[in-house]
Amino acid sequence: MDSTPNVIAGVGLADRPRKSRWPARMDLAQSLTGLALGLFMWGHMFFVSSILLGKDAMWTITKFFEGYFVLGTAYPGIVSVVVAVVFALVIVHAFLAMRKFPANYQQYRTFIGHRKLMAHEDTTLWWVQALTGFLLFFLAAVHLYQMMMHPGDIGPYQSGERIWSGGWGPLYIIMLLAVEFHGGIGLYRLAVKWGWFEGKDPNASRKRLKTLKWVLTAFFLALGVATFVAYAKIGYQIRDQKGAVYTPSWVVPNPMEKAK
Amino acid sequence: MADNDSHRKLRIHALRYNPAKAGDTPRIQTYELEEAPGMTLFIALSEIREKQDPSLQFDFVCRAGICGSCGMMINGRPGLACRTVTKDLEADISLAPLPVFELIGDLSVNSGKWMRGMSEKLETWVHAQERALDLKRIEEPMDPALAEAVYELDRCIECGCCVASCGTARMREDFVGAVGLNKIARFRLDPRDKRTDADFYELVGDDNGVFGCMSLLACHDVCPKNLPLQTQIAFLRRKMVVQGTQG
Ligand code: HEM
Ligand code: SF4
Ligand code: SF4
Ligand code: FES
Repeated sequence: MDSTPNVIAGVGLADRPRKSRWPARMDLAQSLTGLALGLFMWGHMFFVSSILLGKDAMWTITKFFEGYFVLGTAYPGIVSVVVAVVFALVIVHAFLAMRKFPANYQQYRTFIGHRKLMAHEDTTLWWVQALTGFLLFFLAAVHLYQMMMHPGDIGPYQSGERIWSGGWGPLYIIMLLAVEFHGGIGLYRLAVKWGWFEGKDPNASRKRLKTLKWVLTAFFLALGVATFVAYAKIGYQIRDQKGAVYTPSWVVPNPMEKAK
Repeated sequence: MADNDSHRKLRIHALRYNPAKAGDTPRIQTYELEEAPGMTLFIALSEIREKQDPSLQFDFVCRAGICGSCGMMINGRPGLACRTVTKDLEADISLAPLPVFELIGDLSVNSGKWMRGMSEKLETWVHAQERALDLKRIEEPMDPALAEAVYELDRCIECGCCVASCGTARMREDFVGAVGLNKIARFRLDPRDKRTDADFYELVGDDNGVFGCMSLLACHDVCPKNLPLQTQIAFLRRKMVVQGTQG
């Protein structure tokens, strides 16, 4: 025989005496994971774009995250742990945000028609967010798994080779567009959803937030494309040196060798 | 504004469909008429019904943006026909009934039925502590600023524009809409209502309530009474999250 709570929950009467607290927790968790990811993506873009300052700058950032400058030895495993945390955030966030997708053809059809008829900016932006979020299920999963399993393969030459010769270019470009639109709209939505920065005149604040959102999106897209091109160029230059690893000339001894 | 504009020929493209008539299919019918100075859509539609087509169905009562019965999709967005001046629009105007609500015919919908269902579900009335009825008792005083704040939210005319504009409400039948959330915010402010946040959580603490709202803010942008829906929904969301994570 089944236990009493299971029987009550099984027939859908669990929330009768008192409404479940889970919708509140899920709404909060969806926003917190979204916020964490959105802010992480900004930081991430700055780190990745260090290549624009030169190979040495990018190498230094990479080694910094591998703990080289603190521990004296590079441990790419640290990167794996960070990636695993981000991966977990993405999974939780996607699981929660998924609830908002149209759940069947009828809802899908209704929303499409509604969006077209209304031509209302924030409604359209939500649709863009849902679509790019859906794309990220696949794009982010592939990228994160690769980084988690091969954290040592990050560096000016290795990253360049991945883009030019390794077939990762198309994935990165689509992912860049998806993340920048998704994250930018998401952070804007967070502000209006929870009433942050409302000030005395919420309508004016919302307009300013919207402008800020577009400016940031444009900025990060531009930075992203420039960064992509920089890596592709390096990848092109070293197209004949498979598996090349860049180490600045001033580094003695080679940190990877010491790690072994 | 420009007087020479007022002799335009308007072409009103109205959606015609009578669900009660067997075999009727939705179609668009175009009516042409001369624009008059100060003409509202209410005046235009009345003229059409009077001079061109007595069968065209639409609702009006107050003609002054108070009763909330003339909501319709005007060029794709919900609005009050009696408060929409034709000179603000292009000469081609498309009209359709508000979605979500039960269609009576053409531009007329039964928003009252939906609103009543929502009110019963959310118990949108003052829940005072029970006391012996005494008609002579003087009402307890209310701080004027608070009374003003309650009144501000009480301006809702239940026109349904927010519901029709809401992507969430369109997709999910049981979503209470901005009108419902605004009402909860209104009674939550009212000191005569003795309900606590725990009680309000029972009413809107789920995905049909405040957590269902995806912050598309169309409601805020179309509300003909300019209610601060964005602020109220965000406020209620914060309160309900506190309730839901501590209670
Ligand atoms: C990988 C799969 C992902 C999916 C399927 C997804 C999906 C979604 C959806 C549908 C929403 C709208 C939720 C709502 O309206 O309440 C949303 C919100 C959001 N997403 Fe994502 N997302 C993903 C990844 C990401 C990533 C990588 C970021 C970081 C840039 C991010 C940042 C955000 C933010 C900040 C919000 C706003 C949160 C809120 O409204 O509560 N998401 N996501
Ligand atoms: S909140 Fe505004 S749009 Fe919604 S029913 Fe009330 S008056 Fe109409
Ligand atoms: S903010 Fe958007 S989802 Fe929420 S009630 Fe308004 S229109 Fe609907
Ligand atoms: S007729 Fe009453 S609001 Fe338009």
